[in-house]
Amino acid sequence: MTVHTKGSGTTWVGRSIRRLEDPALVTGRGRFTADMPATHWVRFVRSSVAAGTIENITAPERAGIVTAKDLAKLKPIRPMLSKFNYVAVGQPILADGVVRFTGESIAAVYAPSKDQAEDIADQVEVEISEGAPLIDAMDALAEGAPLVHADTKHNVIVEGRIATPGFEDVWKTAHKVLHVEARSHRQNATPMETRAGHAAYDGSTGRVTLTCTTQMPHLTRTAVCDILGIPESDLRVVAPDVGGGFGQKMSLAPEYVLLVWLARKLRSSVAWTEDRRENLIASFHSRDQHVQLEGAFDKSGKLLALRGDIVANIGAYSCFPTTCGVEPLMALAELPGPYDVRAYDCRSRGVMTNTCPMAPYRGVSRPVITFVLERLMDKAAAAFGIEPTELRRRNLIDKFPYTSATGLVFDDGSYKETMEMAIKAIDLDAFRKRQKIARDAGRYLGIGFATFSERTGYGSPAFAARGMEITPGFETVYLTIDPSGFVEARIGSSPHGQGLRTSLAQIIADEIGIDPEFIKVVHGDTDRSPYGWGTFASRSLVLSGGASLLAAQKIRAKLLKMASHFLEAAPEDITLQSGSAHVIGTDRSVTIASMARAAYHQTHIFKGEIEPGLTETGTYDPSGTFSNACHVAIVEVDIETGRVEMEKFLVVEDAGLIINPMIADGQVHGGVAQGIGNALLEEIIYDETGNILTSTLADFLPPTTHEIPEIELHHVETLTGNSITKAKGLGEGGAIGAPAAVISAINDALSPFGISIDEMPATPQRIRAALRSSGKLPSNGKLA
Amino acid sequence: MKPAPFTRHVPRTVDEVVSALAEFAPLDGRILAGGQSLVPIMAFRMARPAHLIDINEVEGLDRLAVDGDYLSIGARVRHGAFHKPVIDGPLGKLLAFVVSHIAHYPIRMRGTFCGSLAHADPASEWCLVAATLDASLVVKSVRGERIVPVTDFLEGIMSTSLAEDEFLAEARLPLLPDDTKFGFYEFSRRAGDFAMSAALVTYRLVDGVIADAHVGIGGAEDRARRILEAEDVLNGNAPSPDLFVAAGEAAANAIEPLEDIQTTAEYRCDLVRAVTRRALERSLL
Amino acid sequence: MSDKTDITLIINGQSHAIRVESRRTLADAIREDCGQTGTHIGCEHGVCGACTVLVNGEPVRACLMFAQQADGKQIRTVEGLANGDEMHPMQRAFMENHGLQCGFCTPGFLMLAVGVLEREPDISDRDLVDVLSSNLCRCTGYQNIIKAVRAAAVEMRQS
Repeated sequence: MTVHTKGSGTTWVGRSIRRLEDPALVTGRGRFTADMPATHWVRFVRSSVAAGTIENITAPERAGIVTAKDLAKLKPIRPMLSKFNYVAVGQPILADGVVRFTGESIAAVYAPSKDQAEDIADQVEVEISEGAPLIDAMDALAEGAPLVHADTKHNVIVEGRIATPGFEDVWKTAHKVLHVEARSHRQNATPMETRAGHAAYDGSTGRVTLTCTTQMPHLTRTAVCDILGIPESDLRVVAPDVGGGFGQKMSLAPEYVLLVWLARKLRSSVAWTEDRRENLIASFHSRDQHVQLEGAFDKSGKLLALRGDIVANIGAYSCFPTTCGVEPLMALAELPGPYDVRAYDCRSRGVMTNTCPMAPYRGVSRPVITFVLERLMDKAAAAFGIEPTELRRRNLIDKFPYTSATGLVFDDGSYKETMEMAIKAIDLDAFRKRQKIARDAGRYLGIGFATFSERTGYGSPAFAARGMEITPGFETVYLTIDPSGFVEARIGSSPHGQGLRTSLAQIIADEIGIDPEFIKVVHGDTDRSPYGWGTFASRSLVLSGGASLLAAQKIRAKLLKMASHFLEAAPEDITLQSGSAHVIGTDRSVTIASMARAAYHQTHIFKGEIEPGLTETGTYDPSGTFSNACHVAIVEVDIETGRVEMEKFLVVEDAGLIINPMIADGQVHGGVAQGIGNALLEEIIYDETGNILTSTLADFLPPTTHEIPEIELHHVETLTGNSITKAKGLGEGGAIGAPAAVISAINDALSPFGISIDEMPATPQRIRAALRSSGKLPSNGKLA
Repeated sequence: MKPAPFTRHVPRTVDEVVSALAEFAPLDGRILAGGQSLVPIMAFRMARPAHLIDINEVEGLDRLAVDGDYLSIGARVRHGAFHKPVIDGPLGKLLAFVVSHIAHYPIRMRGTFCGSLAHADPASEWCLVAATLDASLVVKSVRGERIVPVTDFLEGIMSTSLAEDEFLAEARLPLLPDDTKFGFYEFSRRAGDFAMSAALVTYRLVDGVIADAHVGIGGAEDRARRILEAEDVLNGNAPSPDLFVAAGEAAANAIEPLEDIQTTAEYRCDLVRAVTRRALERSLL
Repeated sequence: MSDKTDITLIINGQSHAIRVESRRTLADAIREDCGQTGTHIGCEHGVCGACTVLVNGEPVRACLMFAQQADGKQIRTVEGLANGDEMHPMQRAFMENHGLQCGFCTPGFLMLAVGVLEREPDISDRDLVDVLSSNLCRCTGYQNIIKAVRAAAVEMRQS
C-alpha cells in the first residue's frame, strides 16, 4: 500500500499512501454529473452579441422554452459587500431585456435529448438591437463611457484604497524609484470536465435533488433557494465526482437555478451539460488586469515604499458569493507579498465591461500581483546591478509573526530559507556560466526566481474583513464510528481531485487508531454532510483537517474512556493502534470494533458514565496561515520566432507539515503547469465587437506534456501554531509563483536587448514584437 | 455541440461513390473520410451537410503503392500509415518525418492524406508536401476521371478546384531520387497545433552545388505553394549558412502573409524566414 | 429525426444492439446508448482526448467518429481494462504514481497509453511523451502521468 514512507513510519500522517479515491476513477466507475440520464435536456440560447436590447424572441411551435418573462418571480443573483464603495448589481437567471456579454443566456429550451434540444435552440430567433460594447476596462473607466448597468452611476462598482500614514514622507527619501506597467490578459480555468447540472423532482416529497459540478454544495443550496424563495429543506445539492474546478465551479452558475426551477415546473428530471464552447465563452473568466506599480528603494536596495494602481476587468456581473471584489480586493491586500515594506499606497478598482463575468481562478489575483511585484524586484536588481536573488534577500520578511502594511499577520514561514535552498538546488552560479557561453553562441537562456506567500486556510475573520454579506470560514466534521466498527467522517468541504478523502483519513487514523482504509470520508451531499463552505482558497486541508482532528480527538478520548472500562486500566496507560486499544506494556487489548458495538448495543455496561453512541463533531475556524515558496524557471527564448522553451522548473515549497507527500507534490505540479500555461499560452481574446475569438481548445491553449518541463520539488516544513494539524494549504501556490518565475526568466534571457516583457501571457508574437522594437535585431536574426 | 442531422451513405465501390456524389452533392452532400477536420466543424454546426457519403468502406481506396515513378495514395490511406517509411529511399523518410507533426496520434489513426488535401487548410502538412513535391491528384466523378496538378487543385483557404460532384480518389507523389536531401520545420504554439508557418525543402547536390531545389511554404499564405524565389537563391550554389539565410529572406519577401488577431503580417514573415532557414539546416543533418 | 439505423457496438467483448441516428457520435453512443459512462467527453472537437477509446486496437477520439462507423468493430473502453478484480498494469501504475487527481481525463489517458503500447511495445520514452501530448490534463501537470506510463510500459513489455 505504501509507496513512499517519510519519517519514522509510525504515523499515517507524513506517508505517501495511495489515494482512496483512485480505484473507482481508474476503472471507469467514477460518477460525474454528465453520466446521469434525464427526462429533459436543456440547451441555453446564448447571446451572440456583447451588448444590446432584446427586441424579440421567436421559438419554433410547441418548443419547450423558458425566457425571462417566465422567471419574473425569481430574484436576481445579487451578492453584497458592505465596504469598498461596492455597488450591488443584479444578474437575472436569463437575460431580461438587456444582454451584457456574448454568451449570456437569453432562453433555455428543453427536449428529450441533447441533440434535439440543440436543434430547437438553433431555430430560436433572437432579435437584438446592438449597443456599443465595452471590452477593455480602460475604456469602461473613461469619462462618458456607456454604462454596463444603467442603474449604476459609473462602471467602477468596487474600489478600495489602502494608504499608510506618512507615505509621501517616506517616498521622498527614495534613492531609486522603479516603475512597472503590467498587463495580465484574460484567462479561463478550463477544468477538463465542463460544468453540468441535473435536477430531479421527487413527486412524493416535492423535493428536488440538484446534482452539479460545484465546489460549494451548501452555498449552492442556499443561493438557489433564496433566488427561488423556497425552503432549503426542499433542495438537496449533490456534488458527485467533480472533474476539476480551480475556482470556476465555486461561483453560482445561473444555469443551475434554471434547472431547479424547471424540474419543479415539469415535476421531472432536467439536465444540462455545458459544452466546451460555452465553457470558454460563458463560464467564468479571470486575471484580466492592468497594474501600475512603483517601488521606492533606499541606497542599499531596501524597498521603502510601494505605490500601486490596479484595474480589474470584472465583466458584466458580480459573481456569487465572493462578489467581483475578489480580484481587486485580494490584490489590494496582498500586493506587498512577502517583502518587508512599511509604506504602502494602493488603489484597486473593479470595472464592469461587456465581457464574461470574472470569478475566482486558482490563486485569485496573486498570480498577477506576484508577476508584477517580481518584475519590479527584477528591475530594481538590474538598476542596482545585483542578482535578483540578492535584492530579494535584502527585502524578504524573516521575523514572525510579521504584520504587513496592509494589516495581514504572517505566521512562521521560511521565505529566505526556501530561496537559499532554491539557489543551491538550481546552482545559480553554474547557470550564469552556462548562460554566458550560450549567449556567446547566440542562444538566449534565462533564469527567473519568484518568492511569494500564499495565504491559506483562513476562516471567517479574514473574509469578514472584506465586508462580505456571506462570510465563509469555519468547517465542521461529523465523525462516527458505527456499530460495525467502520468510520465515517462527514465533511463540509467538497474536494474534486485534491485527494482530501485520503489526507483526512490519515489525520483521523492517527488519532483513533484505525487504518485509513476503514475510514470513509463523505462529502458533497447536503443531505449527508454538515453545512460547510466547500473547497476553494487552499483551505480544505487546514479547515476540514483541523475539524477532523478536533472530532477525532473527542472520539479518541471517548474510546480511551471506554477502553479503560474494558481493560481496567487508566486511560493514560492505553494506546489506540491498528484497530485496538492496548494497555501499554501488556498484552491486554480490546478491539475498537467491539467497543463500537458496545457503544450502541451494550450501553448498560458503562453504567451511565459514558454517553451512548460514537459520534463527535469538530468545528474549526482559524485566522489563517501563510504558506510560502520559491519558484525557479529556466527557459530558452528563440529570438527569431519569440518561442519560449521551458527547460526546467524547480520549487522549494513550505506548506507546513505535509500530510501526504505524494498528494502535496501533485498539487504543486498541477499548479505550476497551470502557471506555465498562464504565463505562455492561455488567453481569452475578444475582438472589438465583444465576440470571443478563442472559443475552442485549438485557440485557447492549455499546455500539453510538451510544454511542461520536469518539475523538481523540495519541501521545507515550518510548523505553525496557526493550524492545529500544523498543515498549511498549498493548492494555489503552484499557480501563483509560476507565471512570475517564467516571465522573469524570459526577461533575464532577453536582457541584452534592453526590453521588458510585462505582459501575460508572454506569447511568441509579443516577445518577437518587443525584440523587434528593441532595434537590436539585425535582419538575419543574429544579434549585432 | 452535437452535429445537425444528416443522412449517411455507405458506398462500397468507387462507382457507388461517384453516383452517390452525383445524386447528393447538389443536395448539400459531401464526402466523409477520416472526419478529423469535418466532424469538429459539424459539432460546432459551422458545417451542416445534409448528406455524408462515407468512403471508409470503399474497397481499393486504402491502396498505398508505388506505380512506376510515383507513390499512389488512395483516399482511405490514413496518416498513421506513414509513421514508418512506406518505401525505401528519401520519400518514405520524408513522409515519416512530416507525419509526426500532424495533430496527435489518435487523430493520425483516422485522418487521411487525401482528406487533408481536399479540406485544404492552409496549415495542412500534407498540402505542403503535395505542393512542394508537385503532386498530381486523381479526381473522379460520374463524368470520369481527371488528373490535376496540385497547383491547380489548391485554390485558397479551405478551397479546391474539386467540382461539386467530384472527389479526390488518389494522390500521386513523385518518387524522389535516392540522393535527394530534405528538411522540414514547423512552428506552432503547442505540439500538434496548426502550423503558423512550415517549410519543406528538397534538393540534390550535384558536384557540391544545389540542384532541383523545391522550397514549399505552408501555413503562411492562403495555400501551401512552392516559393520559386527561394529556389532560385539555392539552385547552383553550394549549401552554406549564408545561402540558407538568403533563401529564408527570399521566402519571407515572396509571400503574401495571412494575418489574424494573433499574427501580424510582419510576424508571419519572421516565421517564414526562420522556418525556411531551419528546414534547410535540417536537410544537412 | 427518423434516419435511425440498427447497429451493434461490441464494447469490451459485450454486444450492444442499439438504434442510432447517423449523427450520433461514438462517444455519445458508448455513454448514453450503451451506458458505459467511464468514457468521458471533454471538448467534442477532438482536442482534449478525454473520450479516447480503442477501435480495433487503435486509439481514436470517440467524439470524432460516428457510432455507425464502429458498427461491428471491437471497441475497448476503460471499463474493460481490468480483468475482474485484477487491474491492468496501467491502472495500477496510475494509482501508484499518483497519475490522476480529479480523474476526469484519466480514462482517455489510460486508453491512449494502453493502445499505443500494445501496438508499439518498444516505443522510446521520448516518443511516449509525444504520444501523451495527445490528451489534456488540467490537474497533474503531467509529471506523474508520464511516470506512471513509463512504469507500466516496463511491466507491459515484461508480460
